[in-house]
Amino acid sequence: MRIPIGYVLKRVGFLILVLWTAATINFLLPKLTPRDPVQEQVNLKIATMGVSSEGATEMVESLKELYGLDKPLWQQYTTYIWNTARFDLGFSIANYPKRVNEIIGETIWWTLGFVLTATVLAFILGTVIGALVGWSKTSKYLSWLMPPLALFSAVPAFILALVLIYYLAFKAQWFPLRGGYDPLIDLDWSSWSFILDVAHHAALPAISLLLVSIGGWSLTMRAMMVTVEGADYITFAEAKGLTGTRIFFQYALRNTLLPQVTALAMQLGFIVSGSTLVENMFGYPGIGRRLGAAITAFDYPVIYGIVFFLVVGIALATFLVDLIYPLLDPRISYEGG
Amino acid sequence: MSESLLQIKDLKVYYHVEAGAVQAVDDVSFTLDSGVKMGLVGESGSGKSTMALAMMRMIKPPGKIEGGQMILGGTDLVGLTPEQMRQTRLSKLAMIPQGAMNSLNPVVTIEKQILDGPLDHGVVMSKDERADRVIELLEMVDLAPKVAKMFPHELSGGMKQRVTVAQSISMEPDMIIADEPTSALDVVIQRQVMETINRLQSELGLAVILIGHDMGLMAQSVDRLAVMYAGKMMEIGQTRAMFEEPLHPYTQLLIQSLPVLENKGIFSGIPGITPSLLNPPEGCVFHTRCPKAFDLCSAKTPAFIEVSPGRQVACHLQTA
Amino acid sequence: MQRGQGFKGFLSYIRRNPAFGLGLFILVALLVFAGVGSLVVSEEDAQPLSATPNSEPTGEYPFGTDSTGRNLLAQMIHGTRVTLSIGMIAGSVGLAIGTVLGFMTGYFGGIFDTIVKFIVDVLMTIPQFLLLVMIASSVPEPDKLTIVQMGLILSLISWVRPTRAIRAQILSMRERAFVMMAKLSGMSGMEIIIKEMMPNLMPYLAISLATAVNGGVVSSLGLQTLGIGNLRRPSLGMTIYWLRYYNAFLQGYWWWILEPVIVVVLIFAAFLLLSIGMDEFANPRTRRTV
Repeated sequence: MRIPIGYVLKRVGFLILVLWTAATINFLLPKLTPRDPVQEQVNLKIATMGVSSEGATEMVESLKELYGLDKPLWQQYTTYIWNTARFDLGFSIANYPKRVNEIIGETIWWTLGFVLTATVLAFILGTVIGALVGWSKTSKYLSWLMPPLALFSAVPAFILALVLIYYLAFKAQWFPLRGGYDPLIDLDWSSWSFILDVAHHAALPAISLLLVSIGGWSLTMRAMMVTVEGADYITFAEAKGLTGTRIFFQYALRNTLLPQVTALAMQLGFIVSGSTLVENMFGYPGIGRRLGAAITAFDYPVIYGIVFFLVVGIALATFLVDLIYPLLDPRISYEGG
Repeated sequence: MSESLLQIKDLKVYYHVEAGAVQAVDDVSFTLDSGVKMGLVGESGSGKSTMALAMMRMIKPPGKIEGGQMILGGTDLVGLTPEQMRQTRLSKLAMIPQGAMNSLNPVVTIEKQILDGPLDHGVVMSKDERADRVIELLEMVDLAPKVAKMFPHELSGGMKQRVTVAQSISMEPDMIIADEPTSALDVVIQRQVMETINRLQSELGLAVILIGHDMGLMAQSVDRLAVMYAGKMMEIGQTRAMFEEPLHPYTQLLIQSLPVLENKGIFSGIPGITPSLLNPPEGCVFHTRCPKAFDLCSAKTPAFIEVSPGRQVACHLQTA
Repeated sequence: MQRGQGFKGFLSYIRRNPAFGLGLFILVALLVFAGVGSLVVSEEDAQPLSATPNSEPTGEYPFGTDSTGRNLLAQMIHGTRVTLSIGMIAGSVGLAIGTVLGFMTGYFGGIFDTIVKFIVDVLMTIPQFLLLVMIASSVPEPDKLTIVQMGLILSLISWVRPTRAIRAQILSMRERAFVMMAKLSGMSGMEIIIKEMMPNLMPYLAISLATAVNGGVVSSLGLQTLGIGNLRRPSLGMTIYWLRYYNAFLQGYWWWILEPVIVVVLIFAAFLLLSIGMDEFANPRTRRTV
């Protein structure tokens, strides 16, 4: 299949524009705030670690020089854009000399683990449930599932997490209360018992995300199924004497699945935000909790670095879906983009 | 005389709504012989589309076939199980849908859509046989073989409609119901599609029920003509005879309302509106708009009787 | 387009739409709880050290107290008030901006439309909550933010969805016959917008308002749970922040956990029911009026 360059270029162009805008916002916001992270860090260290307050001003000055904060704005900007393009997100202020990239690298895998599992599972389950409920030929009892699922989808994930922690971790003690793994055992990825422990800890965070998302997917899927069922081609398919299974899968489902997939891409931002808060609830050692810690310390390179990283991730994912979608739906040609 | 291919006897289709039962089709009877083309005309709301759905047993709740028989080739369709009916569709009785743009599955190729009907009826074909059959069917409806690999959105309206025709003949059924197959098409394409249908009908010896509201089109296309009004059958007969000497006042008015080239600029319609099917009027359902109504018409429903061989009418004027 | 004659029409709508009725009931109950409660119970009682800490619900403290000695009844009452207020400010301001922008871009188009559309697309791609986190944590002294200020910060994000939605509605309306007629009869752009389009948009705006307020509540909850915002002023999110800070789970202070959760769930359930119920109102095709 020919892939017209025009369409791809347009999408790439948009992607770059989004990234550049995000980077610029990222850069300008801290400049606009009167808050001074370096000063605050120094003050914090003086207050908590008994660092002497003499020479504090000089310390702030030299730190600022280190971060390049004393150079003129436009120079800072160009350095920043150049660094960002090379994926160099700078140093953390609170955890100096750790680099932001390092911090992200440490935490991102934990997040990806439970978020991806939860999202994929929720999408599959939700879509299947929604499709079955929406199809008039399936059992009516399935629709009893909808109200609880809808309620779950209306509540933010971290609230649901609170409820789950309370009942399943605190009262029933089926799951651990917090953390990514038991701090008392060795961090050994080659050991099965460790992996099981990780899974055990990841279960509740994943379930929180899962329950909240399933509701959304099934609702949209059901609505689409109902709409599709009224379509002329479904009526004609029945008139042709096709089997119910074929009509369900090849005529109804194939037409409703495509918008669901795009919806998935659009939901990514939402899912990421949700998981951030969930991680904070559970003290889960993922990128979200690290962000929470950075907020408390106002370690702004880390704050902005993480947010920017997530924005990039989502923008890329959306971009990929945009590229793939025309391949799946024969009606959309690349020119239409 | 051989048994007719299709016998409809006293068919009733009602829609049960909050306010009561809408009598969409009420005590309709007619027969159709093999290889004959019959037209079914009526205004909107006359029940003709409901007839089509009823014959395909595709009436959905709150509609229901309340009574009567539909005997196709000796089997009463009303009594069949859903699976038996599914098997009957396409293999014995096929449908050509209205010329809407949406009858084909948008995400599946034409050839797959042509093949899935026979495949689901248990026809076994090798890969080559399938390809050949698709091309064969496409050629029968005057479409190029390359259409097979295309998608519906790449075809014009007329082409899409011809694909549905190809699908409907894919198992060489005994009868085809064409529900306003050309209403959504322009006149030129209309003609092409009708010609295709007519040609196939004679080639394959199909019986066809052509449903529509265009009397002019009917005059050109069908051997027999049935006129429905407000859920009831008014008159049936040979097309020519009906046009030359319409017996039912409604048929007369329908024919009169056809614009005639000689009388340019003079249009006549039928005054009044169709009655509510929820509460049909007493007696003859047409009497409220009938120019020839008399006192019996509002009291007693006329029976649908044969006044001459092949000609049936439901009108008191015939029996008075 | 008849829209139910006044109050009687409203009541019959509720009768046909139990979801809407229930949602409205819960919301009103919450508003009464917060509103009347605020008059009866003073905010002082929601301050730390105003009561014995860590007390289970008893006659004296019907909702119990938390680890800093706050009376949780007062906290819930005022917290609900604060959270709902922030949500409403964020929602209504966001909707107002969104409506104006949506109309302007949808109706007039042009360069302005392209720019706004781009901004909206970018903002929809970025995780909005994280953007809020960045903005909210950058303001000077985030812990001194007033309710109004918080609401306004949230509205920086809450305008995006309404803009896109309303723009889409305007675009589809613009081509419809009744607008064409208005144009032909010489109405000016503004006149058409106000006299012809707005009335048709009302149901849609009502739903958008509910959604925007809901979003505002979610965002404010999220921010405060993370500790961004005024931690001294009682609010539902802040309650959650403190209960995590003081490890209410490990200590077994079940009342401290359940109360904000129940209130929050009620709020969202109410909005969910309202939006389900308003669906019929907004979509004339599914309306069951004969």
